[in-house]
Amino acid sequence: MSWEAVIGLEIHVQLRTETKMFCRCPNRYGDPPNTNVCAVCLAHPGMLPVANRVAVDQALRVGLALGCRIPARSKWDRKNYFYPDSPKAYQISQYDEPLCAEGSFTGVRITRAHLEEDAAKTIHIGGGDGRIAGSGASIVDFNRCGTPLLEIVTEPDLRGGAEARRFLTLLRATIVATGASDCDLEKGSLRVDANVSVRRSGDEELGVKCELKNMNSFRFIERGIAAEIRRQAALLEAGEPVLQATLHYDPASDSLSVLRTKEEADDYRYFAEPDLVPVEPSPAHLEALAAALPELPLVRMDRLRAAHGLPDATAESLALTPGLADYFEELAALAGDARAAANWVMGEFSAHLNASGSDPHASTVTPARLAGLIALVAEGAVSSTGAKQVFAAMIDDPADAAALTERLGLGQVGDTDALGAIVDEVLAASPAEVAAYRGGKVQLIGFFTGQVMKASGGRADPKAVQSLLRERLGG
Amino acid sequence: MAALSTIGLTAEGAAMLLDARAVSCVELAEAYLRRIDAVDGDLHAFLRTHPEETLARARALDEGGRSGIEGVPIGLKDLFSTRGIETTAGSRILEGFRPIIDADVVEACADAGLISLGKLNMDEFAMGSSTEHSAYGPTRNPWNQALVPGGSSGGSAAAVAAGLAPWSLGTDTGGSIRQPAAFCGIVGLKPTYGAVSRYGVVAFASSLDQVGPFALNVRDVALLLSIIARNDPRDSTNVGLPAPVELPEAEDLKGLRLAVPRDQLDAGVDAGVAALFEATVERCRALGAEVSETTLPHAGHGLAAYYLIAPSEASANLARYDGARYGLRVDAPDVHAMYSETRRAGFGAEVKRRIMIGTYALSAGYFDAYYGQAQRVRTLIRRDFAKAFEQYDALLLPTAPSVAFPFGAKLYDPLAMYANDVFTLPVNLAGLPGLSIPCGLADGLPVGFQIIGPAFSENRLLAIGHALERAIEFDPVPPRILEGRG
Repeated sequence: MSWEAVIGLEIHVQLRTETKMFCRCPNRYGDPPNTNVCAVCLAHPGMLPVANRVAVDQALRVGLALGCRIPARSKWDRKNYFYPDSPKAYQISQYDEPLCAEGSFTGVRITRAHLEEDAAKTIHIGGGDGRIAGSGASIVDFNRCGTPLLEIVTEPDLRGGAEARRFLTLLRATIVATGASDCDLEKGSLRVDANVSVRRSGDEELGVKCELKNMNSFRFIERGIAAEIRRQAALLEAGEPVLQATLHYDPASDSLSVLRTKEEADDYRYFAEPDLVPVEPSPAHLEALAAALPELPLVRMDRLRAAHGLPDATAESLALTPGLADYFEELAALAGDARAAANWVMGEFSAHLNASGSDPHASTVTPARLAGLIALVAEGAVSSTGAKQVFAAMIDDPADAAALTERLGLGQVGDTDALGAIVDEVLAASPAEVAAYRGGKVQLIGFFTGQVMKASGGRADPKAVQSLLRERLGG
Repeated sequence: MAALSTIGLTAEGAAMLLDARAVSCVELAEAYLRRIDAVDGDLHAFLRTHPEETLARARALDEGGRSGIEGVPIGLKDLFSTRGIETTAGSRILEGFRPIIDADVVEACADAGLISLGKLNMDEFAMGSSTEHSAYGPTRNPWNQALVPGGSSGGSAAAVAAGLAPWSLGTDTGGSIRQPAAFCGIVGLKPTYGAVSRYGVVAFASSLDQVGPFALNVRDVALLLSIIARNDPRDSTNVGLPAPVELPEAEDLKGLRLAVPRDQLDAGVDAGVAALFEATVERCRALGAEVSETTLPHAGHGLAAYYLIAPSEASANLARYDGARYGLRVDAPDVHAMYSETRRAGFGAEVKRRIMIGTYALSAGYFDAYYGQAQRVRTLIRRDFAKAFEQYDALLLPTAPSVAFPFGAKLYDPLAMYANDVFTLPVNLAGLPGLSIPCGLADGLPVGFQIIGPAFSENRLLAIGHALERAIEFDPVPPRILEGRG
């Protein structure tokens, strides 16, 4: 029997703003607990929310980037739930008229994206396995309470964990490009829930779905979804029903545990928030926001492919790291050779960034310096092997590529006399191979070339070596 | 000079005394504090006063110089947050709560140089029509201490009627300014929704709540409205008033097209109230108004719609009172027991009833039939009013179907209590302004006459009220007070 997984995602993104969603407290991560709080976000009696215009614009930027339709009017609703992380005992959210309506991103349909406020951070200590029930005390940090949050909901258009991971990677890069969020999973500014169901291949009807909560890396999301697909398929294979549930994925044991079942589902008693007025973005405002968006990763990917002839994987990988892509484009323009530029950027330069932890544009190896090195290689003034040593030296030495090549003695031995002497030595030292070559084993040209390169300390120009070898060996 | 009497003293009159240097701000404030000391033990209009702060502010004005309305005292409903001063909303659950901010209306009064005398009694969380639902005991009616003053702003109305404050502020969610003003024989205005900021006003039903003034006459009401109606960016639903408040001068009603929505009176009106209402309608004609009859076909469903919408919003607004962060906390072995015990002890029966109704009306499976349907009715009522205002400048109704009733008369019959607001709450549902002025006595008790106008027609309502008030010549001082009893 073959099974097909159907996956939809709910993604929460904390928006980058100076202040919180409905009050003027700083929206800042990492401050001492309960320092960014006021009477509004602590829900003192009589306090009223005022919607943050910048947060609305940030959400609109994301909506536009995801190809969402932006309705002329959206409204706010109260989502009632009682928990220590929600001082009003309701969350201001958007229920039936979201800010961003249907869109499409990498072929996955976006159902909606709506604005809401984040809850406070709670920690339950002293028993209870981290849950409020049975705990000795609950500690609440209201700094996060009221942080602007955008919830993006997709249609169930994904079919596997790897596909979900790629979608999320591109989505994150796109949101980061809009400037709306830093999408940092570790800080919780990006949080993902996945709805997973499994059905018989070819079936139209959806299976029973389970929700995987709050997985904290894209790798774990991929693995969690895969584990859930295996779990559901095994149940179905055994003829057992899948029960609707919310699950927690434990990456250490690669297993899933049930947080709660459908019977415990909440009734949020949504109703229109009477303290706020609807959001009605004007067409002119939306046009201005759209026009001010930077080039987004998917667009850039296409352009890198088309303009520079880069392979898909290279184009995607560069488009996902805008700083590196900027560096690449600058380098390609200076060097006049996109292929060589891509090889350097994806190879040595990326390795150097990883090792040093620096940003592309903070690197001492500027595009101009690296272009100089690429030019030397193209001229044959340094071998590609030698060029890697020059590159390594450039990181800590401000001298230009030519000077470093000279200083390191890596200038290519190009003149025929000097090279001829080395070739003669190598051939004299390998009579058996010479005989074999002359007997028809022409692939030994590689062996001789390597020997000459070695003898020259890597300074010989491989092309010149080969032509000399052929001349000496008599074709 | 003889000790200043605050009885029957208007805010404008008090300002004149200050201007003439007949009294200082301190002397004026002391006169009111003395009056409170003398009679409020029985009346119980104030939940608390803060004489030191009151006199310190008065002294500062005496020393720094004053003009206009500066230095006139005021009483504030205990629903308004006052920084550092206990604010309970008439509930045990907020006992001991000292806000860290002032409500915008409190700030506006301070900006205008008004001096707060203290916090006035009210039905718990403004839920009620008699002030009997205050967790701190009821307020008595200055006209007859065996009767309720109306509610929920009963303390605000009684204080002004009894000369404990020249004027006061209350809130009106379904009639909570107009009905107690009527029961206590004074003037009360519920402004257009959005005219006055709700910032810092403890929320009951957010889409209906509005702050408004109580005073002995219409001019004082206009003056106080001009102080509190202002644009406040901290309340998104607030827009202020489109034009400045005009102090009313009108002596007649010439050129005005008024109408009585006759179908509304089918709800039942006490004979004495009905007679005074019809007499006042006739007086409108005598003053030059053209008075017709009209209908508000859906307003009859207002009571039912109101008692779904207001409790629904309240159920969300009051869910924050759990003992965790401020106000009352009843200690218990675990957090859930603490929540339950705090609420059990902290909320009164009427508040619990409305939380239950509201929670039920919003629940999955019931939402459409209750809350959703009520919102549709609300839209229809709005349209009824809008249609009527295409033809008429204002509508006329009694403020309440009866005069003040005895304590306990409706306390255990919630539906009878709710029915007392039948003429006021459709106005809240439509977000309109409504003015109540006293129009005479029935069996020795004041009767309220309500003038309802289109949104932001406050100046017109005040002008009509002023002309009528001049013609009616109602004396707002209860005879028993004139006789020195209370």
